[in-house]
Amino acid sequence: MSAKEDFCYGFTKGLPIALGYVPVSLTFGLMAVSGGIPAWTAILISLTNLTSAGQFAGTNLILENAGLLEITLTTFIINIRYLLMSLSLSQKLGPEITLTQRLIFGFGITDETFSVASMEEKKLTSAYMFGLVSGPIMGWTLGTALGSVIGSVLPEAIGNAMGIALYAMFIAIIVPPAKRSKPVLNIVLISIGINLVLKYVPFLGFISSGFRVILATIAGAGIGASLWPVTDNSAGAAQNQSNMDGGDVSRCREH
Amino acid sequence: MPRTLIAVFLMALVTYIPRVLPIVVFRREIKSVWLKSFLRYVPYAVLGVLTFPDILYSTGEFLPSLAGTVAALFLAYKGKSLLPVASGAILTAYIAGLILHI
Repeated sequence: MSAKEDFCYGFTKGLPIALGYVPVSLTFGLMAVSGGIPAWTAILISLTNLTSAGQFAGTNLILENAGLLEITLTTFIINIRYLLMSLSLSQKLGPEITLTQRLIFGFGITDETFSVASMEEKKLTSAYMFGLVSGPIMGWTLGTALGSVIGSVLPEAIGNAMGIALYAMFIAIIVPPAKRSKPVLNIVLISIGINLVLKYVPFLGFISSGFRVILATIAGAGIGASLWPVTDNSAGAAQNQSNMDGGDVSRCREH
Repeated sequence: MPRTLIAVFLMALVTYIPRVLPIVVFRREIKSVWLKSFLRYVPYAVLGVLTFPDILYSTGEFLPSLAGTVAALFLAYKGKSLLPVASGAILTAYIAGLILHI
């Protein structure tokens, strides 16, 4: 595929993510503005942070007048999981991709763009990555703008219900591969089980939510790697055909 | 206000660094089968952990969240893509919330 087609293909893969981001970022804009942060600052946070859990937590701490160190540390801990994702992605990037390109599209690595990229069969090109992340960046920013402007007129019941959007997207990403691959299903269940233990067993309560995510992920993926090692490209996955294949290249070309 | 902007800048920094550090520094192919498998499984593990149990509190109330979760699982199992799954979950949680407060 040419670079243009790659970009286009990536962009169509990113579109459903972008649309799914709107209700989530709208909720963020709503929360920030109702807490007393100006709309432009809320938009700036989304544009520069581009993350859900981290910026929700960080913004809450800003609203609570927490210290800069606490804000920075909390955000960092929640975001350490990106190290794992980025490391995982490093194995799928072609060696021809330059440092500058990596520095730019790396900004757009989120839970969702990472998941979609890592489920591609082939090596990833920079054009694909740029295409993939551009829609979600726009969706996240525009949703925040929308939420901070019209949020106040939105009925509370609808705003509350929208809180589930982010998680529903996660479910849409993991269920299809888990349906096809027994190891994937087992790993998801094991990781969740470990997460529940870390969260609810009383004497483990000192572990912050960010560290909990990292520990449960490492343990779950580690147990999976030991029990069901992936020996070739086909094995891990069953995931290859992600459920977002609706966005195929041919449709992209028409535009 | 400057304080808020400094906080936003620091947040952006500690979000950006973990994202780019590995793809910038680590450019060799990993040979270890275990490590390869581990990295292959990370996305499934992390998304599962991020979703459960937090989704059950995501709308502020347990029962509407549970209804939305079941709807999302069902739609995803049926092979629906991101947006239908997200919209279906929101709608179900919303309706369940309305019913609960009749």
